[in-house]
Formats: sequence, C-alpha cells, structure tokens
Amino acid sequence: MEPLNALVAFANFVLVPATAYGAQLALGALGVTLIYGILRFSNFAHGDTMAFGTMAVIMTTWGFQALGISFGPLPTALLALPVGIVACALLVLGTDKLVYKFYRTKKAVPVTFVIASLGVMFVMNGLVRFIIGPDDQLFSDGERFIITARDFKTLSGLDEGLAIKTTQAITVVVAIIVVAILFWFLNKTRTGKSMRAYSDNEDLALLSGINPERVVMYTWLMVAALATIAGTLYGLDKSFKPFTYFQLLLPIFAAAIVGGLGSPVGAIAGGFVIAFAEVTITYPLKKVLGYALPESLEPDGLVQLLSTDYKFAVSFVILIIVLLFRPTGLFKGKSV
Amino acid sequence: MKKFLLASAATLAATGAFADAHSPVKLGVVLGFTGPLESLAPAMAAGAEMAMAEVTESGLLLDGVTVEPVRADSTCIDAAAATSATERLITGDGVAGIVGADCSGVTGAMLSNVAVPNGVVMISPSATSPGLSTAEDNGLFFRTAPSDARQGVIMTEILMDKGIESVALTYTNNDYGKGLADAFQTAFEEAGGEVTISAAHEDGKADYSAEVGALAAAGGDRLVVAGYVDQGGSGIVRSAIDSGAFDTFHFPDGMISAALTDNFGSGIDGSTGQNPGTDSPGAQLYQEMASAADYDGTSPFSAEAYDAAALIMLAMAKAGSSDPAEYKDAVMDVANAPGEEILPGELGKALQILADGGEIDYVGASAVELIGPGESAGNYREVSFAEGELVVEGYR
Repeated sequence: MEPLNALVAFANFVLVPATAYGAQLALGALGVTLIYGILRFSNFAHGDTMAFGTMAVIMTTWGFQALGISFGPLPTALLALPVGIVACALLVLGTDKLVYKFYRTKKAVPVTFVIASLGVMFVMNGLVRFIIGPDDQLFSDGERFIITARDFKTLSGLDEGLAIKTTQAITVVVAIIVVAILFWFLNKTRTGKSMRAYSDNEDLALLSGINPERVVMYTWLMVAALATIAGTLYGLDKSFKPFTYFQLLLPIFAAAIVGGLGSPVGAIAGGFVIAFAEVTITYPLKKVLGYALPESLEPDGLVQLLSTDYKFAVSFVILIIVLLFRPTGLFKGKSV
Repeated sequence: MKKFLLASAATLAATGAFADAHSPVKLGVVLGFTGPLESLAPAMAAGAEMAMAEVTESGLLLDGVTVEPVRADSTCIDAAAATSATERLITGDGVAGIVGADCSGVTGAMLSNVAVPNGVVMISPSATSPGLSTAEDNGLFFRTAPSDARQGVIMTEILMDKGIESVALTYTNNDYGKGLADAFQTAFEEAGGEVTISAAHEDGKADYSAEVGALAAAGGDRLVVAGYVDQGGSGIVRSAIDSGAFDTFHFPDGMISAALTDNFGSGIDGSTGQNPGTDSPGAQLYQEMASAADYDGTSPFSAEAYDAAALIMLAMAKAGSSDPAEYKDAVMDVANAPGEEILPGELGKALQILADGGEIDYVGASAVELIGPGESAGNYREVSFAEGELVVEGYR
C-alpha cells in the first residue's frame, strides 16, 4: 500500500494539476506561435484576446443559464464557446483592419508590429474591464469533480486522496481535440497548406497566387478560436479575472519560445515543459518519500529542491538554457 | 494703458481675495482602484468622500470652505505609479492632506518619496505593516488601521482557543504579507504552536499548484492564508480545496470580503478569520449611513477610510489652518480623550465644538484610539464560516 500512497500523493499534487495547466499553456502558446509563424510578430495582446473571448463566453453562459439551458454534468460554458469564438474573431479581425493592416501594407519591420500589439493589449485590457469589470467571475457549473479526494480515499482505502476535477479532464480532452483538428487543417486542407507556404516564404507564396489577405484572415480566425478556447478552459479550471489573463502572457510566451516560435508541435511541448517545471521542481518530496522509503530512512525536513518562490526562476532558467544551446527552440522554430 | 493695468491688477486682487476665502480645501484619496485590492477600494473611497461631503455641508470648517476629494490610483503594488500619482496630487492639485494609501508597500514609498519631502499629512486607512510604525515620517503619517504585530497576536489567540496548534502558513510576497506572516509566526510559536511551513506566493499568477503542493506536503491542521482575496489568496484557497490539501483555513484581514463567500460558498465551512472591526455604536451608525448612501459600509477598511478623512479635517479645524505643518500636531489631540466623544455623522457638531474652543475625542466608525507613532490601537472582529455565510463570532 505504501508505494501506492506515494504515487497517489504525487499524482494529486503534481501530475494532475501540471497536466491540466500544461494543456492550457499549450493552447495559449499555439495561438502565439501561429501569429509569429504566419504574421511574423510576437503578439503581446494575446493574453487579453483570451480575456475578451472568455468574457464573451461568460456572458453567453449567463444568458444560457437565465434561459435554463444547461449541458448536463458538463459546464454550460462549453455550449457558449462558439458564440465567444465569433465575438473574439470579430474583435481580432477588426483590430487587424484598424491597426495591423496599416503596418502590413507599409511593410513595417516586426518590432513595429510588436509595439503596435502592445498598444492593442492596453486597449483590449481596458475594454474587458470596462465591459465585465475587474473582479473575479466564476462561471463553471455542472459537476465540479469526477472524483473528490475524500471519495477516492473511501473507495481505495488509501491514506492519500486523488482529486480529479471535471474541468481538468475537459481541458485535456478539448486540448487534444483542438490540436488534432489544427494539425489536420494545417497539413491536409488547401487553406492550411497555403498558410504554411505563406509562412515559409512569403514572396514565393505570392508568386504562386496565394491571396495574402485570405491567409491573414484565416490565421486570425484560428487565433481567435484558440485564444477563446484556451481562455475559457483556464477560466473554468481556475477563475476569470482580467488581471490574471494579462499575467498569463509570460508563461505562454516562455512556452512558445522554449518549444520554438512558429512551430505548433513546439508550442505544445513547451507548454508542458513549463508547467511541469514550475510544479515539479519546487514540490517537497517529504510525503512521497515518507511513503516510499522504509521508516528508518524517512526524512525530517521538507526535501524541497527549491522554495516555491523560485518557480518562475525555474521556467526562465529553462528558457535561457534552451535559447543558449538551441536558439530556435526545442522544435526548430524560427530564430528569435 | 495705465488705467487698464490698474484695472486688471484690481480685478486680480479682488478675485485673489475672493479665491482665498472660498477656494476649496482639496484632499487626496489615494487608493488601489486597480490592482489586488480593487474590490475594496470603491467602498473605502466612498467612506472618505462621505466624510468630506458631510463637512462641506456643515459649512463650519475654516469659515465655511468646501472640501473636495481628488482621487488617484495607488495600484496597491506599483510603488513608482503610486509615487508619481501622489506627486501630481500635491504639486498639481495642491492637496492639503491625503487619505491613503491602502497597501503597506506603496504607502511606505509614497511617505518617504513624496509626503515627507513636501510636508503633507497622510492618514492610511488600511496599511498595516509593522514596519510603518518605525518609518521616518516627521510626524506626518498616521493610520486608522492597527499594526499587524497586533493582528499576529489576535490570530494566535483565536487559533489557540480552538485548540489548533499546528498550521501551514502562506503569505502574499509583499510588505503586508511578509510583515503579517512574521508577526503571526513569532506570536504563534511563542504560544507553543508549530508553523510547519511558511511559503510565499506571488499575486496574480496563473497557477498555484506548486505552492499548494508544498503546503500540503508540510501538513498542518489548518492553512493560514495571509494574502489578498482578489489575488493569489483566492487562487491558493481554490487549489487547496480542489486537491483536498486542506479543508479549513484561517483568514486575516486581506482575505475577509464578500468575495470570499461568493467564490467558495460552503467550501470553506469551519474556517475562521479576523479583520479590524468593532461593535461600537459608531460602527452601526456608519453602516446605516453607508446603506443610505448606497454602498457597503461593512466592506473592510471602509469605516477606517471615513475616519481617516474625518481626522484630517477635524485636525485642520482644531489648528485653524489647512497647512499640514500646522495641523499635523492636532491629529492626535482630536483623535484621543479628553473631550466630547464624536460618532460618525456628528462631524458638524465636532466642528462647532472646536470652533467654540472645546475639546473633542473622535471615536468615529472604527472606535479610533491612536497610540504610539500615530496608529490605531486595534479592535478586531472574529469571524467564522458556516453554510457558506460569514458569521461574526465576537470582538477582541
């Protein structure tokens, strides 16, 4: 029983939360990486695009709840996702028309786009706070848990509990589905191929008759969908607060860069690397070792490699090491 | 030409004199309207502004001047932003005193960078870091909130009375959190309790599984969360409940808010907490005034903000001047005995007494009693949570 307890404790506090968090980061990083790969700039407004999409989902969810529509044991927000995606798509397409298009026709250097996206970030930031307010919003309904820590203990007879939230499971499942669709789209469809061609060599793509405005539009549509889904999954799992979404930008960028900017596979790998690094390295092994080792060897201290204060340092150390030895990231993105 | 000059000079002089007698006294209200305490700031500002409106209406302050609030955002965490906002209030708007700031870190920065160099009085309704007791202030800084050294002792008493002797402790990584965590740990260990781990958390981060994992591994009967309810504090609690790491918590003042029960409902049943508060008649009166003015008077530090603004204006009346250098010495006089006790809503009466040369003892909404370096002696409200509701257990 003892090794089982160790395993369950580790799964409960490291494996399950880090997997869900990793999936959320991966979806966010996919959006960042798509923009970088195809539109060729780092979009600082991505965190706030997520916040806007999520806000639209939340408001639709409230509408559904008021009408009495629900999704059984699953959160109503999943039903509201399409509406949120449409709202978010309108916003990013509008932003593109108003802001980025101007710079694109002028063939501005990427750094101009980055600074423009910084401005867009502040505007979206204000817009979201203006509409829904700066406060926390909880919008998850339906069953909260697949299994709670207490139920797990009674079921298994173990001393340690394992809690799996519905939202954690949904996050992982939805992330897998979205990634599968995205890869199918990029590799198999005509539009996806033209997007990749445009990303590889813009001039050659133009020569072969690819309409750049169409490619840009499809990219923004996909980014809107990814951002809304990532934001909603994160909000369901934790909670929605505009300020936190703004702060999410940092780990998302770290994930995208570690994986290799411009590489979709890299974004996914990067998301999980960052999430597991944050949670694993600072996890004190006292409990786990207490179960796994014979009594005489049980540790007195916390057996913590680094204090949790350093968890962000850990992800950035990984970032620096990767950039030092593989400047294009783990999966050969474009160099930064 | 000569005539024209003369005429303009005369007009100028006349308007100048006119302005002198009736130009309003401006008071700064520097609170974190954005940032980790943004859900508390509106009720705090409303409290401070209600006191100012009350004084203006009475027409008894310094020959009937009006008092105008000027708001600025302290952001609660960004010392540079708070400093420049305060700088603007003092040099641009010419405020005669400041109600604020709310968070300890920015309050210290504003005090040493702006208020002391410019000689402006600051009364904070909610900065509770023990470090501010010894800050260099030239007698310009006061607070209507108690130091956290006191809160640490009260928390220890509450937990010990419940027979809880082993706790895990997490605090928000800033002056407030660190100060409170240290004060609590010292008091708790002196009383014979054990703090299994004291781990900081950063506010506004995406994920707190790592922190909760560490806290759970260290163990303890209860988790003490010295954080902010709008920030990491709630994130930690959410993650701890979800993973089954802790069932019950203890919440200091930064966590006590309507948002707590809104967020967690019955998930935190059996938890305890405390925040500055009093069952004095003043508190009751203030809450009625607040509901009449359509805001929540029970919101933390709202009463303290009313009192902070009231103290500045009463001290001005006592000193007969809105010059901070003159009225700063009167703050302690009007706050403490001897004199006629003043409750909220009685500011007009207090100004009348002062105008007649009498003494007042301002009690206000939070039973103000300033001690030592000009901080509140501290009354705390002990609360617990049952069936998703906050229950007031008593006052200490």
